[in-house]
Amino acid sequence: MKMTGAQMICESLVREGVEVIFGILGGAILPLYDTLPQYPQLRHILVRHEQGAAHAADGYARATGKVGVCFATSGPGATNLVTGIANACLDSVPIVAITGQVARPFIGKDAFQEVDITGITLPITKHNYLVLDAASIPKIVKEAFYLARSGRPGPVLIDLPRDVQIEQAEFHYPSKVDLSRYKPTLQGHPVQIKKAAELINEAQRPVIIAGRGVTISGAYAELKELVEKAQVPVVTTLLGISCFPESHVLSYGMIGMHGMAYANLAVDAADLIIAIGMRFDDRATAKVSAFAPHAHIIHIDIDPAEIGKNVRVDIPIVGDVKAVFQELNKLIVSAKHIDWIRQLDGWRKEHPSTVIRDSEGLLPQYVVRQIYEVTKGEAIIVTGVGQNQMWAAQHYWYDKPNSFISSGGLGTMGFGLPAAIGAKVGCPESTVWCIDGDGGFQMTIQELATIVQEKVAVKIAILHNGYLGMVRQWQELFYEKRYVATPLSGPDYVKVAEAYGIPALRVKHNEEVVPAIEKAMAEPGPFLIDFVVEPEENVYPMVPPGAALAEVLEAPRKEKEALSDSAKLPVSNI
Amino acid sequence: MTKHTIVALVEDKPGVLNHMASLFRRRGFNIESIAVGHSEVPHLSRMTLVVNGATTMVEQVRKQLDKLVDVVKVSDITGDKVIARELALIKVKATSSTRSEIMQIVDIFRANIVDVAPHSVTIEVTGDEEKINSLFNLLRSFGIKEIARTGRIAMTRGGSSPLLVEKKPPKSREKR
Repeated sequence: MKMTGAQMICESLVREGVEVIFGILGGAILPLYDTLPQYPQLRHILVRHEQGAAHAADGYARATGKVGVCFATSGPGATNLVTGIANACLDSVPIVAITGQVARPFIGKDAFQEVDITGITLPITKHNYLVLDAASIPKIVKEAFYLARSGRPGPVLIDLPRDVQIEQAEFHYPSKVDLSRYKPTLQGHPVQIKKAAELINEAQRPVIIAGRGVTISGAYAELKELVEKAQVPVVTTLLGISCFPESHVLSYGMIGMHGMAYANLAVDAADLIIAIGMRFDDRATAKVSAFAPHAHIIHIDIDPAEIGKNVRVDIPIVGDVKAVFQELNKLIVSAKHIDWIRQLDGWRKEHPSTVIRDSEGLLPQYVVRQIYEVTKGEAIIVTGVGQNQMWAAQHYWYDKPNSFISSGGLGTMGFGLPAAIGAKVGCPESTVWCIDGDGGFQMTIQELATIVQEKVAVKIAILHNGYLGMVRQWQELFYEKRYVATPLSGPDYVKVAEAYGIPALRVKHNEEVVPAIEKAMAEPGPFLIDFVVEPEENVYPMVPPGAALAEVLEAPRKEKEALSDSAKLPVSNI
Repeated sequence: MTKHTIVALVEDKPGVLNHMASLFRRRGFNIESIAVGHSEVPHLSRMTLVVNGATTMVEQVRKQLDKLVDVVKVSDITGDKVIARELALIKVKATSSTRSEIMQIVDIFRANIVDVAPHSVTIEVTGDEEKINSLFNLLRSFGIKEIARTGRIAMTRGGSSPLLVEKKPPKSREKR
């Protein structure tokens, strides 16, 4: 059947199960947009900056497990996607970005709104395509989606010249993808799995470090099975949060630069590290040469290039986490590590990393904790980057799988709001809270308009301290409090929200917090709360740059009477 | 730090070489030479890389290349029994008095003189790196005007090939 290139794109997207596209149009992609009304299954959401489109596709993909899709025009539209694409690349998120391009005769001639987007995104995409004839579109789209979602997921870009969108050709949708050379290994090698099982069964002080790979693979039940059978304590990376219920007796929180002290101490003292779907990022390992000095390391990951990249690994297992666990669990024997777990629980008591100190002033940690209480831990939390992100990771307990969405690898300020939009569009039945700082929020504040136009009921909490908080903390701790370019002014966020048409509240005192959150939850549509918090609050614990994981800096312990969370602390039942 | 020889089969498409070079640059891999040309498989080019570095770094080179969708197969053949060759064109200053000495050296190396000019001579030589380096060193005293080297190409000895491409598409094990 003969179709235009634009129709082929739409037809192919429908066949790939796409339901939502985030984007902004322009001249070079106009023919494609003009075709969209013929495909009512494709809902297009107009954003206000292409960075928002990319982050929304990212948030949508993380929340639903489907491939997120974003459109942009050529030139500046395409370049505005770059940050979002790089973000998806570093956090292994499946998105397909389709950019318009100038017509083929104009390519390479510095034409109006022309940019070599395929060249620019080469290092930050899993793969990309410049479509040179309409007939190749079905194959390209099918491959693009396959590459985006398979193996280690990642962003794929399709650059579509304007005249190719108009060109007519025969439409044949391939039944199979012909990429014989791209073969992600899914099944772990049986010999390796056996060796790993032996080590696990013999270990005295084992620790599991779980990362985003567990969430991508959906291996929640398999992980839990291993943990409970072999009684192995679990810690997570930032991006691993919510892959294992944090209220579980064997959950010891997050590791890394701002991880819980007891989690870091556990890794440091372990004799066996089982690293699952994580990549030993420097934020998680701190000083690599001092990482887990007494431990053998088992590394289970689908990307062979990550194994041995940062840390020497004793038992590498390349494969899909779920598939590997299904085999591994058969070989694991029941075990108890009573002394080890007792030691970890002891550290948890001595180093209470999630205790919020008493304060007259409004503390950002307290705000996050109350959001947890009011939502009963059932919301999807999407964060910005910086102090707000760390507090959201530390003071909310994530029991629901895949309920924490955050920009880890690239650490993109401005990610919060558009990603929350994507998450809510993908999971309309879930409550979605965006917890952001006033710095990052201003970077993509324009997406408030998207929320209103598309009626996306995102709840927004701004932890407003008037600073680029995380950098200010570094300046306080390591640069003798020289606050260069960190004090940050901003608008009256309540007035801004109302100007956009979103109800909003300002909260300045402790007793106003819960009523405000409850009001936000009662509101059927979007709601914004401007929490004016203590301006110079620091994130603790902290592992200073260059230090080893065990060299944790903890909060100064002046106020011993704290808003204790001991009621929430899981206690071992052994 | 050791020299490793890596051979790869890559898609014969515009941009692939750029993609690989870009990868080396951003990951800080020390590439001494790259030689690329058609292979025995239609639409695939064969690339020979000489990488100087620690074994862990070279292993990363191989793995990161393997991730590229346009790279079909990569193999580190450093340890194997290998035939390695390079071609060089060397333009040397030559006067009537030095020309015969130059010709003798060329003969000894089984190289060829491919161009003669009033004050220079152009030599073509094929061989492994050591041979080319020795010839180059001997000719230095005469005054080298220009040298162009292809970089190493290499192939394992014997009947097998580490870059063998399967003719049949494999049964798909991909469930997701």
